[in-house]
Amino acid sequence: MSTTATPPAPPKKVNRIGLEIATYKGSKSTLCAGCGHNAISERIIEAFYEMGVEPHRVAKLSGIGCSSKSPAYFLGTSHGFNAVHGRMPSIATGTMLANRTLFAIGVSGDGDTASIGIGQFVHLMRRNLPVIYIIEDNGVYGLTKGQFSATADIGSKLKTGVINDLPPIDTCALAIQLGATYVARSFSGDKRQLLALLEGAVAHRGTSMLDVISPCVTFNDHEGSTKSYSYVKDHDEPLADISFVPFFQDIAVDYEPGTATEITLHDGSRMILKKLGEDYDPTKKVEALRVLTEAHDKGEVVTGLFFVDTKRESFLDQLNVVDEPLATLPESRVRPPKQVLDEVMAELQ
Amino acid sequence: MATTHIAARESEAPVEPQRVVNDLSIQVATVNGSGSQTANTVLLRAIFQMGIPVSGKNLFPSNIAGLPTWFTIRASKQGYIARRKEIDFLVAMNPETADEDVRDLRPGSAVVYDERLNLNRLRHDLTFYPVPFDKLVAPVCPDAKLRKLVRNMIYDGVLAKLLGIEMEEVHKALQKQFRKKAKAAELNWNAAQAGYEFAEKNLPKADPFHLTRMDATRGKIIIDGNAAAALGALFAGVTVVTWYPITPSSSLCETLIDLMKRYRIDPETKKATFAIVQAEDELAAIGMVLGAGWAGARAMTSTSGPGISLMSEFVGLGYYAEIPAVIFDIQRVGPSTGLPTRTAQGDVLSTAFLSHGDTKHPMLFPCSVEECYSMAIEAFDLAEGLQTPVFVMSDLDLGMNNWMADPFPYPGKPMARGKVLSKEDLERLGHFERYRDADGDGVGYRTLPGTDHPAAGYFTRGSGHDERAHYTERPTDYVSNMDRLAHKFETARHRVPSPVIREAAGHEVGIIAYGTSHWAIVESLDQLQQEHDIDASYCRVRAFPFSDEVKDFIRRHRRVYVVDQNRDAQMCQLLRLDVEPEEVKKLRSVLHYNGLPLDARSVTDAIVTQEEVK
Ligand SMILES: Cc1ncc(C[n+]2csc(CCOP(=O)(O)OP(=O)(O)O)c2C)c(N)n1
Ligand code: SF4
Ligand SMILES: [Mg+2]
Repeated sequence: MSTTATPPAPPKKVNRIGLEIATYKGSKSTLCAGCGHNAISERIIEAFYEMGVEPHRVAKLSGIGCSSKSPAYFLGTSHGFNAVHGRMPSIATGTMLANRTLFAIGVSGDGDTASIGIGQFVHLMRRNLPVIYIIEDNGVYGLTKGQFSATADIGSKLKTGVINDLPPIDTCALAIQLGATYVARSFSGDKRQLLALLEGAVAHRGTSMLDVISPCVTFNDHEGSTKSYSYVKDHDEPLADISFVPFFQDIAVDYEPGTATEITLHDGSRMILKKLGEDYDPTKKVEALRVLTEAHDKGEVVTGLFFVDTKRESFLDQLNVVDEPLATLPESRVRPPKQVLDEVMAELQ
Repeated sequence: MATTHIAARESEAPVEPQRVVNDLSIQVATVNGSGSQTANTVLLRAIFQMGIPVSGKNLFPSNIAGLPTWFTIRASKQGYIARRKEIDFLVAMNPETADEDVRDLRPGSAVVYDERLNLNRLRHDLTFYPVPFDKLVAPVCPDAKLRKLVRNMIYDGVLAKLLGIEMEEVHKALQKQFRKKAKAAELNWNAAQAGYEFAEKNLPKADPFHLTRMDATRGKIIIDGNAAAALGALFAGVTVVTWYPITPSSSLCETLIDLMKRYRIDPETKKATFAIVQAEDELAAIGMVLGAGWAGARAMTSTSGPGISLMSEFVGLGYYAEIPAVIFDIQRVGPSTGLPTRTAQGDVLSTAFLSHGDTKHPMLFPCSVEECYSMAIEAFDLAEGLQTPVFVMSDLDLGMNNWMADPFPYPGKPMARGKVLSKEDLERLGHFERYRDADGDGVGYRTLPGTDHPAAGYFTRGSGHDERAHYTERPTDYVSNMDRLAHKFETARHRVPSPVIREAAGHEVGIIAYGTSHWAIVESLDQLQQEHDIDASYCRVRAFPFSDEVKDFIRRHRRVYVVDQNRDAQMCQLLRLDVEPEEVKKLRSVLHYNGLPLDARSVTDAIVTQEEVK
């Protein structure tokens, strides 16, 4: 007698919309092993899975660079658009104008954003378009083999020994000044903080700008670099300890009065920022800019949620665009009737 | 012809030379920013309302105020509306240019001028009509600050009297111009009347030019090409419009904004069924169009040469990733900033192959305001049908000048949105390959982001891709994809508007022209026949890639003159690439590139000269 009892398969873990995490994965990464960008892709997969975002509603957008390749490595069933160098913001804008029901996530690099694409970046931040904008920031141009980018710190050294003698562009300070409404800096190696910040970005409506320091193991992970794993680990100064409570979980988070700031985001999710050092109010632009400026002076890498504004209207609301996707409005709603043409013609006679 | 300084000679009644009726051109020379536009538009409209075919061309500087500007109006009983080189009636208001303007006139022309300019000292073979503008404007416009603005209306009154323009029509045109501004209309009307009365009392008619009522403009409209294109876009159902200001294109999007606000606000929700964004530059403008086109919207931008240059990289992406886009190029004179307020057809070659690598793009060439309208509609159907950027190649002359036209027809067919698979299609098919030539026309099927099916998503990239849109560097994949794109371009050849051909009996001489050159060609064909006994056929090219009819036309004729408004014979070069080698030697060029709209005489002269060598 033989019993070929197959043990019952353990129930597969699914998220709130019944999807497994595998659904949120993409194709196999072709980036270098250990590249910070891969860790960011993993956090994106987790954040979208945890938040239960429907993959078909997501549009993944990017420019050109190692970083910009990464949308192929997450959310494999979503539509993706790998555009030209530095121009992801305009593609993202057009996409969201065409279909405001989409969920846009754009991935860029520090070269893609802070040099060739700085113009489009600046204007995207101004518009407060609903989009998550991630800079995978390694201080170099990975794809073209290691030249300095404009986020490289002054005094930082290339493998070849070349020293950077120009001050860095702080994309977070810029974004805050320009009008982005959710601005944070994180580190690809800090799983917990990055995940919370990404989940918060998913819950926010408006431009979420995340500058994520993401070491390039091949060209910028050596002694003398300020974007190496060890340098960032040693100099990381988190502003607060961040917890994220999604809108669909009714969890009470305990903290002593006065020791944490709680922010309610658009979909009802909450960010709880537990104080680590001094008082910090992420709704004040001036405060954010002060902290960033002081960190530069001290050679520290401050991370965390610098600024949130949940009140500002998004670009699409400002344009007063109809709720449905413009892309698929029927002819009856986009081609005016013949009387309209007759009326215009009569005026021109 | 004798000088007739009328005001000074009252005793001798001047002898009127032979009457020239409904065939003249008027040139008004003013200073930019002096408010002459109203006076000129009213003049044009009044003649139009008298049933006389008329056209107006504004020659203006790239400046807001202070530089010379000329407005020419041509009235022609034969219906010729191209620019005419010769001026019959000059209105000289600009001290800077007056002397030169007068010296350029042909003997027998007439000059209405500001008395203070003393122009009658310059020539003895013209008719001079001095007018004391300042003296006349003071009583009709007590507010000194407004005088500058209404002063020009005085010449409308003077010309009305001298040429026989009906004052009632001047009044009607003024009412139309100032629709809701009754006070401004009245001030201007008083000024026009003052001019009329002055001329009546002091300027006896001494030139041969007359305008009298005809019936050739009934039911017609007057509109500029940019407004016509904007109307086309409105009725094409455009939903996403992005732009960056540049002369001579800005008025297209500005007019479209007005139209959309009027006619495309949802009556129930009061929300917009469109989004219009003034982008930070042309790179962003085309990027937004491609993003929107990719996501399924009918999206467009409008620009001119410098903007086209900036769009180059993105247009290559649009071509290779196969994304619909409509781009209006209102061409102006290049290279570089060139003559930004003058007209040309200088972007033909660079646009045909815009971007690096093997790229080529469909282009449409409207010649009239009707075609600005109809081709705008057609461009969207083509772009979505072919999944590629499509260019509408207008120019400054067409875009910014007023043209007569028959009222535009309502679109005769529904919007053709191209091959887009829905969720239901995918449920039926189970899968799809984005870049597979399933139908043999080179055009694949696409899905839009947001389609609720696990097989819908695909990855769009400007890097090498296979049929399933996966990254590839395999030589065979690259070649087969590029060959399919070439095949798709052949499909475009059969879909774009075919040429309009007017065949002559002899098949000796053919003319190929496109865009605004058309109006000079129709007149030149008559000149060639009447003055030189040359009976030429005419093929008006309306699109690139060229339909087979264009090649057949060349094959049928012995000598073919290709008329280009650029230095390098750009259309002729494009044709050379397309026709059989033995046909190439038939192609000759007529080139015009001085920034002014093409005139018939230049074409006729160029052809006659070249015809001497058979
Ligand atoms: C117009 C243009 N210029 C230059 C390049 C070459 N290029 C490709 S990626 C890149 C820099 C990428 O750096 P970054 O955005 O920091 O991405 P990383 O590779 O570091 O992730 C450059 C200069 C290009 N693709 N296009
Ligand atoms: S070169 Fe640098 S940035 Fe590019 S994949 Fe390798 S580690 Fe990452
Ligand atoms: Mg980089």
